Amino acid sequence: MRVDDSRPIFVQIAEQIENDILSGALPENSQVPSTNEYAAFHRINPATAGKGVNVLVDAGILFKKRGIGMFVAKGARERIVAERRSTFLTEYVQPLLGEALNLDISVEQLAAMIMKEGSQ
Amino acid sequence: MTAAIEVNSLTRRFGALRAVDDISFTIDEGTICGLLGRNGAGKTTLMQLLTGQDFASAGTIRVFGHSPVENARVLQNVCFIKESQKYPEDFRVKHVMTSAPWFFSNWDAEFAEQLTEEFRLPLGRKIKKLSRGQLSSVGVIIGLASRAPLTFFDEPYLGLDALARQLFYDRLLEDYAKHPRTVVLSTHLIDEVSNLLEHVLVIDDGRIIIDDSADNLRGSATTVVGTSEAVERFAQSRNVLHLDRIGGICSATLDALSPDDKHAAVAAGLELSSVSLQQLIIHKTSSLTSETELSA
Repeated sequence: MRVDDSRPIFVQIAEQIENDILSGALPENSQVPSTNEYAAFHRINPATAGKGVNVLVDAGILFKKRGIGMFVAKGARERIVAERRSTFLTEYVQPLLGEALNLDISVEQLAAMIMKEGSQ
Repeated sequence: MTAAIEVNSLTRRFGALRAVDDISFTIDEGTICGLLGRNGAGKTTLMQLLTGQDFASAGTIRVFGHSPVENARVLQNVCFIKESQKYPEDFRVKHVMTSAPWFFSNWDAEFAEQLTEEFRLPLGRKIKKLSRGQLSSVGVIIGLASRAPLTFFDEPYLGLDALARQLFYDRLLEDYAKHPRTVVLSTHLIDEVSNLLEHVLVIDDGRIIIDDSADNLRGSATTVVGTSEAVERFAQSRNVLHLDRIGGICSATLDALSPDDKHAAVAAGLELSSVSLQQLIIHKTSSLTSETELSA
C-alpha cells in the first residue's frame, strides 16, 4: 500500500487491515501487527497508526487482549464484506456506468463484457 | 493530554520588525509536531525563544510548566539541534560524542554508536573538515541519541542525501515508538515528513496561520479542474486558495469541501484531486491568486 494524500492516513491504515482480513492474510483470531510495527512499515506517525487500529476496534473488527495485542474478531470478515457490499454500487458500478456512457458503450455491451471477463 | 509547550501572546521584536508577532499555541507532550513556514517566517526565532536562547519582548512561554529562561530544570530536558551548530575549534566527531552525555541524562551511547556507523561518520575527523551533509548527521545523531523529553530539530538535514534522510526518518520513528517524547521538527521538505507528523504549526510573517492535526489538514483542500465557466460557477461562493488557468481550462484549489460539495462538483462535470500538505501550505503562505494564462 502507498499512503496517498487524498484521505486521512488512519482511514487508509484501517482499510489496509480490512483488505488483509478479506484476503485471508489476517485470519480470524490471529494477532495483527502492533501499531509501532505498522508505523515503521508505512513510515507514519505511531499515533496515526494507532488511530487506524482503534477505528477497527470500535467497529468490532479487532479486539484487544490486554498486555498481548490486537486480534481479528470472530465474524470480522463477514462484517467487512457486508459493509463493502453496501457501497459497491456507488463506489464501483455507478462510475463504471458513467464512463461506459461517455464512451458510447451500451448497458448491453457492458453486460456482455462483464460476462466474458467473468467466465475467463 | 498535558502540554509540553504553552505559549501565550508571545512577541519578539527586532527594532521595527516583529519576527514573532503575538502568537499563542500549545504542543502536547509525546507528539511529533511540524513547525513549518517559509524562509524568514520566524521559525528559528521561535525555537530560540522556546529554548531560552533569546528573550521575549512580550508574552509568556511555559516549557513543561516553567519558563525556560535561565532555568536548568527545564533546559536539561531540552535538546535543540540547530541548522548550523558551532563546535569548539579542533573538536573531532568523537569529542562531540563523548561530551554529549554531560548535557543529556538520557544519552544512549550504544544508539549513538549504531547511528554513527549507519551514517558512516568518521569519528576521528575534525568537525571543521566534515562535509555539509556529515555535519548535519552529527546533529541528527545528537538529537536522536540524547532522547531528551523535548527535542527540536531546526532544518536538521542540510546537505544530507536522500538515503541519509530516510535513515533519519526511520530511526526517529522507531526510537520515538520505543521512547515516546516530544519532537518539534522544522523543515522545508514538507512532503517528506508529512506522514511522520501528528500536529502541524505553520508560521508566516511571525504569525501562526495553521495550528491543526495532520489528519485534519490532509484532504482539507481540494483542487477542481474543468472549463473556466464551470469552475468559476462552482468556486463562486467558496473559499478559493489558488487559481490557475490554461486556455479555457481552469484549476481552482478550494478550502474544505463537504462530501455534498464534492458530489455537486462531480455532477457539474469537474474533476477533483487532493492537495498535499506541502501544496496546501504553499497556497496558504503565498498570495491568493496567480494566474498563469498561456495563450495558444
